[in-house]
Parts: sequence; structure tokens; C-alpha cells
Amino acid sequence: MYLKRLLFMSALLVLCSVLYMTLGAKGSWGFILPFRGQKLAALLLVGVSVSTATVLFQTITQNRILTPSIMGFDALYVLLLTLLVFVFGGQSYVQMPAIGQFLLNTGLLMAASVALFGSLLGRGRVDLMRMILTGIIFGVLFRSLTGFMQRMIDPNEYAVIQSGSFARFTQIETSLLGISTLLTLATLIVVWRVRHRLDVLALGHTAAVNLGETPKRATFLVLVLVALLVSVSTALVGPVAFLGLLVVSLAHLITPTPRHAILLPSAALVAMIVLVGGQTILERVLALSTPLSVVVDVLGGLLFLILLLKGTFR
Amino acid sequence: MPVGRHIFAGGVVLAVLALGSLFVGVIDLKPSDLWQQSGALNLLLVSRAPRTIAVIITGAALAICGAILQMLVRNRFVEPMTAGTGQGAALGILLVTLFLPEASLLVKMAVAACTALASSVGFLLIVRRLPPTQPLLVPLVGMVYGGVIGAGVTFVAYQADLLQYIDVWMNGEFSGVLQGRYELLWLAAAVALLSYFAADQFAIVGMGRTASINLGLNYTQVVLIGLVALSIVTALTVVTVGMIPFVGLVVPNIISRFYGDNLRSTLPVTALTGAVFVLCSDILGRLLRYPFEIPVGTVFGVIGTGIFLWLLYVPKRHVS
Repeated sequence: MYLKRLLFMSALLVLCSVLYMTLGAKGSWGFILPFRGQKLAALLLVGVSVSTATVLFQTITQNRILTPSIMGFDALYVLLLTLLVFVFGGQSYVQMPAIGQFLLNTGLLMAASVALFGSLLGRGRVDLMRMILTGIIFGVLFRSLTGFMQRMIDPNEYAVIQSGSFARFTQIETSLLGISTLLTLATLIVVWRVRHRLDVLALGHTAAVNLGETPKRATFLVLVLVALLVSVSTALVGPVAFLGLLVVSLAHLITPTPRHAILLPSAALVAMIVLVGGQTILERVLALSTPLSVVVDVLGGLLFLILLLKGTFR
Repeated sequence: MPVGRHIFAGGVVLAVLALGSLFVGVIDLKPSDLWQQSGALNLLLVSRAPRTIAVIITGAALAICGAILQMLVRNRFVEPMTAGTGQGAALGILLVTLFLPEASLLVKMAVAACTALASSVGFLLIVRRLPPTQPLLVPLVGMVYGGVIGAGVTFVAYQADLLQYIDVWMNGEFSGVLQGRYELLWLAAAVALLSYFAADQFAIVGMGRTASINLGLNYTQVVLIGLVALSIVTALTVVTVGMIPFVGLVVPNIISRFYGDNLRSTLPVTALTGAVFVLCSDILGRLLRYPFEIPVGTVFGVIGTGIFLWLLYVPKRHVS
């Protein structure tokens, strides 16, 4: 079922990766291959983690509009990062090993997201619109608080951490590649093992309980996994607002099945193709200076509008 | 409730805050310096007074715009800065800067007001197609609509290497306000004041199209007048001080909870409250990290979202 399409997408991804690595290369391959290879690995990791986080989140909330970034997860990550610097001071934070910083942020994000969103999502589908609106407002609040905190930090200390802490698509943070790969792989293994339980959860609260599932515990588990994946992607390339929504909607179009065994790899492949292919086209072919995230924001935002409007006309 | 007495009390609070605002800043200035030091009066006239006036006008005008848009759209949770009007204005200035860099300030303003108007008309057309059973869909669509336009502006700015400008328009702050750099805001104040004379019409539009036509109102005309007024005010604000989101959203809501929806009697309170809120945030922003400044958009972003969540989750009590 849909195996051909998955294989075709894999071939497309390989093609995109090869083009990304080779197109417009000038200079010695000994420099270019590791340099671009690291970026490529980061893009692939981000693709897998964003798409998986989005699929998981949509499964437990049972809709196709909500994504972790729309609910303010990555804004929360940046806020926690700033908060840590604010509390510990720039110097002592920088002296911490990078892996320690990353794990501390991730742990905090897990705790905060379970505390904040656990109660919000635990109520079930009371009022979807109110939930989305709350999520967006949370996002604005987190961003404002981040800006606020950044102003409160001593400017000199802030300059020390700014360069290293806030990644962008244009300057991918590659020093965390090792630990992110490990974390993502571990998460993916867990997700893959519970894929059939996710199928059951997607049926809805009542059906899931009838089939012997405990939605509350599953929601908790999924929130922890989502927090992990969001930390990885945000640490590598910074917040990406509508990427998850875009790629998972595309995956639903390409492989229209509720089964997570198909949906998860399909969404991951779409995400990686969009990221690597998009970056190749933007950077190498069109030579645009705009980061990919801005383009994804425009397209994903339009898609979100269409989904909102269509969903209510049905 | 005795609106008159509250306006008086609010006026006193605003006057005290404004006086305080005159004497808060990096350069130490005391009231007694005014007639002892020669530069003191100059400082007051060139920097402090313009800034205070700019803050008051912006707060009042944005609150009025929010109240008007909420009537036109018939939804409590919208305002120009989060529903595409502000982003539309930024797009207009960006385009003028790109293609007509020589244009005078007034031309720039006119173009910005036009694009702001176009994007608000677009928002209104989308909203008309939304089902009335889903009131929260309207602010949601507005925010994403504004976000898409904003992302478009960022895209163009990246290509043209104008990101710094964008930053100025997108994040409202008053630290750049000096004598000679804020006078356009008086125009915004005039437009906001003029719209007060149409307050009754806007209140009727808020009752819906059928009711308006029944009452003998030229519905389309009033809606257009309202949109033009708030587009001009928004464009002027974005150009002079940048976007300050949520002022136009939370202030009219708070006022409506206490005084109801008769715009003719509530608009003055709305304007006053808006001015007090923004002036408070600005003074806070100047004091919290003295001698540095926190932009008023950031300060109000924290306060405004907090109030918004309260409005969203604490239901309105019925007026006795």
C-alpha cells in the first residue's frame, strides 16, 4: 500500500540531496563535502523531527490544523533558553558544555509543555477554535517575554550568547548534530514501537478507551516526545512556524491513509524533500537571499487560511 | 455607571502620568531645573514633550480604531494591528521605499494608507464568508491573514536588503520620537477625533446589515468611511512609531464590559484608557532597565496577551 509512492519520494530525496551537495560547488571537495554534509544532515534531522512531532500532535488532538509550532512550542523553547541565560548569567551559561545546555533546555521544555498543554489538551475537543487562538496568543506572549528578557539581560552578556544560541536557516547550528541525531533516533524508535497505539488513539477518545487504550497517559507520552523533537529542530534551525502544517497536509494528500506506519515515513520524506529541495532551489538555482523559513511561512500561512475556511464550509 | 465622573478621574490619572513621563529619561531632569538650567527647557520641548504627546495620541487613536473595527466586523476579538491593516501599511511603505525612494513623506503616507485600506477590505471580505456560529474563527483568520502579509513583507525586505526598516515598522517604540519627527500623528489624532462624529453610525453598523438598513443607514458607505479612517490612523502610526499590537483589542473589550456598546458615550473613555495603558507601558519600558529602554510593543505584548487570555476565558458578566 503506497509503497511505490514512498519509494518514489525516497528517490526524489536522494536526487535533491545529491544536487544540494554538488550544485555550484567551487573549490576543493575535501572542504565542500564535510561543510555541506553537516548542513544536509541538519536539514534532514529537522525534516524528520518537525514532521513526526506534527503527526503525533495531530493524532492526540484529532485534527489536521493544530501543530506544535502553531501552539507555541518553539517560541516556548526560545523563551526557556533566554530564561536560563537570564537566571544563570551569560558567562556561566556559556561555560556549560553545549550538550549540557541542550539537555537542560530540552528537559525544561518537556516539563513546561506537559504543565501548560497537558491541561489544555486533556479537556478533549471542547472548543477547537478557542484552543488554537489560545495557542497563538501563547506564542505571541512567549515571543514578547523573550524580547523582554533579552532586553533585561546585560547587553554585553547578551552579545556573548546571541551568536551561538539562536540558530537560523541561513546559519544552521551544527555543533549539536551528534546529540540531536542520537535523541531523534531514540525518539523515532519509541514512536515506531507505539505506531499501532497511535492508530488506535487517532480513532478518538471513546473508541480508544473501548479498545483498551488510556488516552490520558498516551497524551502525556506524546507531549514528552513532541517536546524532544521540537527542541531538536529549534536548536538546529530556530523556530519554523508553518513547516509542520505544510508537510503533513501534503503527506495526507500523497498517502491518504490514517495508518501511522505509512503516514510517519511519508510525512518525514515530504519534509526532507521540501527542506533540502527548497534550500537547493533558493540558494543555488534562484540565488535568493531570503531564508527558506520565510517562504515556508508564506505558503504555510496561506494553506492554514484555506484549511480554516474550508473546514467550516463543509 | 456615571461615565462623566470616570472620564474626569481618568483624565486626572492621564495628566499625572504625562507629567511623570516628562521627567523620566536618560538625562536627569527635575521640574526645578526648568528655570535654573538653560538646556532643560530645550530638552523638554525637543524630546520629552513630543514623546509624551506621541504616546498619548497613539494609545487613544489605536483604541478608537480597535473599537470601530470591532463594530464593522461585528466581532470582539479583532483589531487593525493583528488583522492585516498594520501589515498592509508596512507593505505600502516598503513598496514606496523600493520604487519611489524620492517621494515626499505625504506620498509615502498616502500609499501606505491605500495598501492598509486594501488589506482591511480584503479581511472584511473574508470575514463576510465565515459562518456566524464560529466567532473565534474571525480573530484566528485575521491573525494568520496578517501573518501572511507580514511574511510577504519580510520576503520583499530580504530581497531588497531593507530588513532594518522592517524592524522599525514592525516593533513599536517611542525612543525615536523627537520634535519634527512625530507631527504626522496629529493628523491621526484629527482623523480619530472626526470619527467620533460618526460614532452613532458605527454603533448601528455593529447591529448588523439588516438592522442598519432598516434604520435608514447607508450601510456600505458607513463601513467604507470606517475602514478609510482606521487605515489612515494605522498607516500613520506604523510609519511614525511602528506596530503596537493588542491595544485596539483589549481596551475596547474592557470598556465594553463596564459601559456597554453605545460608542457615542464610550469612545471618549476608550480613547482615555488606551492613552493611559500605552503611557504606562512606555514609562515602564523606560524605567525597568534604566538607562536602556524596552520597546513599548514588547511591554504591551506581555500585558496585552495576558488581558486577552483573561477576556477569552473569563466570561462576561451581565450588566445589572
